[in-house]
Amino acid sequence: MLAKRIIPCLDCDLAVPQGRVVKGIEFKEIRYAGVPWELATRYYEEGADEIVFLDITASSERRETMKNVIRATAKNVFIPLAVGGGIRAVEDVRAVFQAGADKVTVNTAALKRPDLISEIAGEYGSQACVVAIDAKRRDGPGEGKISVSTPEGDSWFEASFYGGREFSGVDAIAWAMEAERLGAGEILLTSMDRDGTYDGFDIPLTDAVSRRVRIPVIASGGCGNPDHILEVFSKTGASAALAASIFHYGEWGVGEVKSRLAERGINVRI
Amino acid sequence: MTIGVVDYGVGNLFSIYNALERIGAGPKIATEPEELASFDGIVVPGVGSFGRCMRQLSRFEPALREALDEGRPILGICVGMQVLFERSEESPEEGLGWIDGEVVRLPASVLVPQMGWNTLSIKREVEILDGISDDDFFYFVHSYHCLPRDGRVVAATCDYGQKIAAAISVESLFAVQFHPEKSGEKGLSILRNFGRLARC
Repeated sequence: MLAKRIIPCLDCDLAVPQGRVVKGIEFKEIRYAGVPWELATRYYEEGADEIVFLDITASSERRETMKNVIRATAKNVFIPLAVGGGIRAVEDVRAVFQAGADKVTVNTAALKRPDLISEIAGEYGSQACVVAIDAKRRDGPGEGKISVSTPEGDSWFEASFYGGREFSGVDAIAWAMEAERLGAGEILLTSMDRDGTYDGFDIPLTDAVSRRVRIPVIASGGCGNPDHILEVFSKTGASAALAASIFHYGEWGVGEVKSRLAERGINVRI
Repeated sequence: MTIGVVDYGVGNLFSIYNALERIGAGPKIATEPEELASFDGIVVPGVGSFGRCMRQLSRFEPALREALDEGRPILGICVGMQVLFERSEESPEEGLGWIDGEVVRLPASVLVPQMGWNTLSIKREVEILDGISDDDFFYFVHSYHCLPRDGRVVAATCDYGQKIAAAISVESLFAVQFHPEKSGEKGLSILRNFGRLARC
C-alpha cells in the first residue's frame, strides 16, 4: 500500500555562499536553522521520504547558489528532491533538474501565468510539477468564492504570492482545481495562518482541497508534533505532510515522528 | 566494471549517475550507440512519455539488442521498463517488444500518477532483489503499468488499485517500475545487485 509521506521543508536564504536554512513564523520573524545540504542529508538518514528546498531569496543572481545546494545534496541524498522559489520558465526548471532536482514547485509565476504549469508538465511530465499554494483565511463567505465551514465560521481562502507579501485575490481552492486541470502533479498547500505556529494543520482547508482534486495534496503549515500529522492524515485526504520547524530545531527527529505515526496505525515508510 | 547509462535525451541522468557512483559502479553516460559495446552492464532510464522515449531510444536499439544477445545485463527503470514491451496505451509508437505484452493506464479507482513509496510482494527469488524483503519501500512515479503476457517474468508486484508489475527478471534483462536511485538505501541495494550481476 502506498505510504503517507513525511517531507521536511528547507527554506533557503541564498544570500550567503553555501546558503542557509531559515524558518519564519507566519511568513515573518526569520530564525537560522543550518546549512541546506547538511540538514537535507541528516533528514535523509533519519528516513525523510522527500526533501523540499524553497529559495526564499528568489532573485536571479542567487540561482547559482541554489544549483550548488542541489548538487551537494544529490550526491548524498537518494530520495526525491523538489525545488521551488523563483521558477518562472521552463529554462529555470531545466537548470535545477540538471543540478539534480526531480520536481519543481511553482507559485507566484504560475498564478501570474497559469500556462507555465502546462509547459512544465508538457516538457517533464506532471509528476515534475508541484503547484505550491499559500492560502490565507478570509472571514465570511466571499463573493464568488468557495466557502468552507470552519469552527470559527464560514471562510474562503485567498492565494498569496511573492512569499506571502502580496495577495492575488484568487480563490486558493479554485486555483488548486485549475492547477490540476493544467497538468499539476501535486498541490503543496500551505496555510499562511498556521505556518510556523505549531498549532496544527488547517484541517478545513486541507480537507476542502483534497476532496476537490484527484492529485496528491501535501499538507503544510502549523505542524508542531506527530499528533498534528496524525490528525491531518485521519481527517483529510492529504497524501503527505510537510514540516520545517519541528525538525530544524531538534524537537522531533523524522524517524521519531514516523515511528509514532506507525504506532498509531498510519502507513509510513520505516 | 563499468555501468553505462543510456543518455537518449529524455530528462536528467544526474540521480542515477550519482547513485551508481555511490555504489562504486564507475558509471559512464553514453550519448552514442557505439559506446554501449564497452559496458559490462547498461541502465536504460526513462522519463516522460512512452512515445517520446521510443522515438529517442530507437537509434540505440541495435546496440542494446547486441548487449542483450551477449548476455550483458540491462536494467530498465520506470519508462525504461515500459519500453521493453510491445506497445503502450500512452502513445502510438511501438515498443522494443523484448517482453510480450503491453503497457496500460493505471485503474481509475486510484490517484494517477502513483506517486510515493510502496512495498513489494516478491514473487520469485531473483538476484536483482537480493537482500530485499516484502516490507521494504520503493519510490514509484508512474501513470501507466506493464501487463506481461507471461506472468512468470514478474519478480515482484506492488499493490496500487490492483497488482502492478514492479520488477521483472528474464535472464540478463531486468526492469523495475520504481526508481531505485530515489529509493534510499534499499534502492542502492538493488543497484549494487545489478552491479554484481554485471561483473560476472
